Amino acid sequence: MTSPLEQKKIRITGPSMVTANRTWDGAVVYRTAQKGWSTEIGDSAVVSTSDDARALLAEATADDVGAVGPYIAPVELKDGGKVKPGNLREHIRAKGVTIDLRVPA
Amino acid sequence: MYAYDELDRTLINERVSEFRDQVKRRLSGELTEDEFKLLRLQNGVYLQLHAYMFRVAIPYGTLSSKQLRRFAHVARRYDRGYGHFTTRQNIQFNWIKLAELPDALADLAEVGIHAMQTSGNNMRNVTSDQWAGVAPGEVEDPRIWSELIRQHTTLHPEFSFLPRKFKIAITASEHDRAAIKIHDIGLRLHKNADGETGFEVLVGGGLGRTPFIAKTIKPFVHGRDILSYIEAILRVYNQYGRRDNIYKARIKILVHELGIEKFAKEVEEEWNQMGDSELRLDYAAIEEVRSRFSYPPYEKLPHMPDELKRAAHDPLFERWRKNSVSPHKVQGYSIVTLSLKPVGGPPGDATAEQMDALADLADKYSFGEIRVGHEQNLALPHVAKRDLPQLFKALDRLGLATPNVNLVTDIIACPGLDYCSLANARSIPIAQELTRRFANHDTADLIGRLHINISGCINACGHHHVGHIGILGVEKNGEEFYQITIGGRADENAQLGTLIGPAVPYAEVADVIEDIVEAYLALRDRPEELFVDTVKRLGVEPIRERVYATR
Repeated sequence: MTSPLEQKKIRITGPSMVTANRTWDGAVVYRTAQKGWSTEIGDSAVVSTSDDARALLAEATADDVGAVGPYIAPVELKDGGKVKPGNLREHIRAKGVTIDLRVPA
Repeated sequence: MYAYDELDRTLINERVSEFRDQVKRRLSGELTEDEFKLLRLQNGVYLQLHAYMFRVAIPYGTLSSKQLRRFAHVARRYDRGYGHFTTRQNIQFNWIKLAELPDALADLAEVGIHAMQTSGNNMRNVTSDQWAGVAPGEVEDPRIWSELIRQHTTLHPEFSFLPRKFKIAITASEHDRAAIKIHDIGLRLHKNADGETGFEVLVGGGLGRTPFIAKTIKPFVHGRDILSYIEAILRVYNQYGRRDNIYKARIKILVHELGIEKFAKEVEEEWNQMGDSELRLDYAAIEEVRSRFSYPPYEKLPHMPDELKRAAHDPLFERWRKNSVSPHKVQGYSIVTLSLKPVGGPPGDATAEQMDALADLADKYSFGEIRVGHEQNLALPHVAKRDLPQLFKALDRLGLATPNVNLVTDIIACPGLDYCSLANARSIPIAQELTRRFANHDTADLIGRLHINISGCINACGHHHVGHIGILGVEKNGEEFYQITIGGRADENAQLGTLIGPAVPYAEVADVIEDIVEAYLALRDRPEELFVDTVKRLGVEPIRERVYATR
C-alpha cells in the first residue's frame, strides 16, 4: 500500500477511480462522472486508461474547494459492474477502521 | 501545574481568532489547499485517511483535571467520543470536521490548551519526564526548562520555518523516561562540580527512515545559557541543513554528514560569537517561570499506612500496586501509572467517559493533576498511599487498572493504516492481537519488562527502532508485511534494534513474537535478566536460530 501521497507518475494497470477528502469535514469522497463528489464508492467514475485517469484527476484537482488531496486509486469491478475498493487502504477508507474502537457509538 | 499568564492567554485566544478566519477563507475558496496547508499544520491539523486529525499539545505532559475534562468534551462534541494519546505528549482527535475546528480550538483555549508546535517544520512540543517534579532523586523539575524553551521558541521566526520538524526532550532523572536520545536535541539536567544546574546537550537523535542515537556535543551548559546554546544549534542547522530533500533535512543527517566533532565545533563558534547576548537567562526570569509551577500541599503521611497493609491481602490489588505504583519524592505518596493498554484495546486511546471519570479521580486523589507519558499511558502524580486501594477499585471499574505497565502488552503503536495517510500497514490490530496472546498477567510477569513498539511505516511514529522488540509494517506487492528487530531501547542506554530475519506477513506476526519471547525465556541467564539484556549478552543470532529455524 505505497502511500498515494508518493504518487508521482500516473500509470494505471486496471480499473481506477479518483478519491479525495471533502474539504469541510474531511469525509472520504469519490469523483463522479457528473463532475461532482460522492461519499459512495459505487458512484465513482471508473477509468481504465492512463490518459483517462490523468484527465479525471486534473478535473478533480481543479475543484479545490470541494475536496482535498485527490489521487488515483485502483478499484475492482464485481458482478454487474459494482465498484469495490482495489486495495486495503481504499477498503479501510471506504469501510472504516478494521479495529474494535470500544467506544460508544 | 503551570499557570499561564495574561500574555499566554492573549496569544492563545488570538490564535483561535486567526485560525477561525483562515478556515472561513479556506471554505469559501479564498485560500487554496496549498495556501492553507501550512496554516492548518501550524495549528495541529492534518488530513488523514478518513478525516482531518487534530493534534493538541500537552506541554511536558502535564494536564489539569479541568483540561482533561475539556478533552472529553472535544471528543464527545466534535469527534467520535475518544482521543488518542501519542508518543510525544500530545492527544489526537481522529474524526474532526474542518468547519468545526475553530470552535474546538476555542473550547480548548478556555482552559489554556492549544495546538501550536504540534505539527509543521517548526520547534515541536518540548517533552519531558512524565514524573517530573515528583520523581525521587530528580535534579530539579525539568518542566521549568521545558516551559522556558516553549516560551522562547513559540512563534519565534528562527524556529518556525526550519528545514524540518525539530524535537527537544528534557530529563532530570538518572533513568531517562523522556527518550532524550531519540530527539533532535536531548537535554539531561544535572549539576556541575560547583553545584550549579545545567545540561548535557545531545544532538542528532531521531528515528524515521534514517535512525540515529543522539550524541553529546557539550557535557555541561549552564542553565542560564541554554536558550542561547539551543539558538546556536539551530543557527548551524539553519545554515547548513538541507532543504532540497525532505529525507535529508533533519538535523541528524547534518550531524552525521558533518561529523559530531565538526558539528560541535560549529555550534561552539556560533555560540561564542553570540557572547553575553540577551538570550542569557537571568535569575529572575528563571524564578518567574519556576514560581508559576505550583506543587500540592502534601500532608505528612506515614510510609506504610494501615489501608495499604490491609489491601495487601487482595492479590488483584497487590499485582496492580507492584506493577503500576512507583515511589514518590514525598513520603506517604505514590506515582500511579494508568495503563491505556487494555487487552484487545487500541494502545493510547481513552474514551470521553474515561477522561471525565479520570478527571474526577484526579481531583479526589491527585490534587487535580494528570500526566501523559511517551509510552502512551497516563499517570496520577500525587496519590496518597492510603488512597491506593480505593483508587484501584475506581480505576478497575474504568478499565484503567490493567497491571501491564512496562510488560509485554504495554505496547507503543502508531495509528497505522487504520487512520494514517502515510502508513503502509496496520499497527493497531497487531498490537491488539499481541495483547490477547499475552493476556495472562502471570505469563507477562514471568516474562518481565519487555517493550514492544509498532510502526505502520518507516516514519517510525511507534518508535519501532528502539523497541526491545520493534515491528515495522511494510508493503510487499500490495500485502502487509512486518520487519522485526530486537534489542533496541529508548532509555539512557538507548540503541537501535537489529533485524532478526525476513519480513513476515500480517497473519504470522503474533506467532513470531511469541516464538521470540519463548526463545528469550529459554535463553535468559536468570529470571531477572531482562529481554533486552539477554539480547545484548548473546546477540541476535541465538534467538534468530530458534525463531526462524522452522520458517
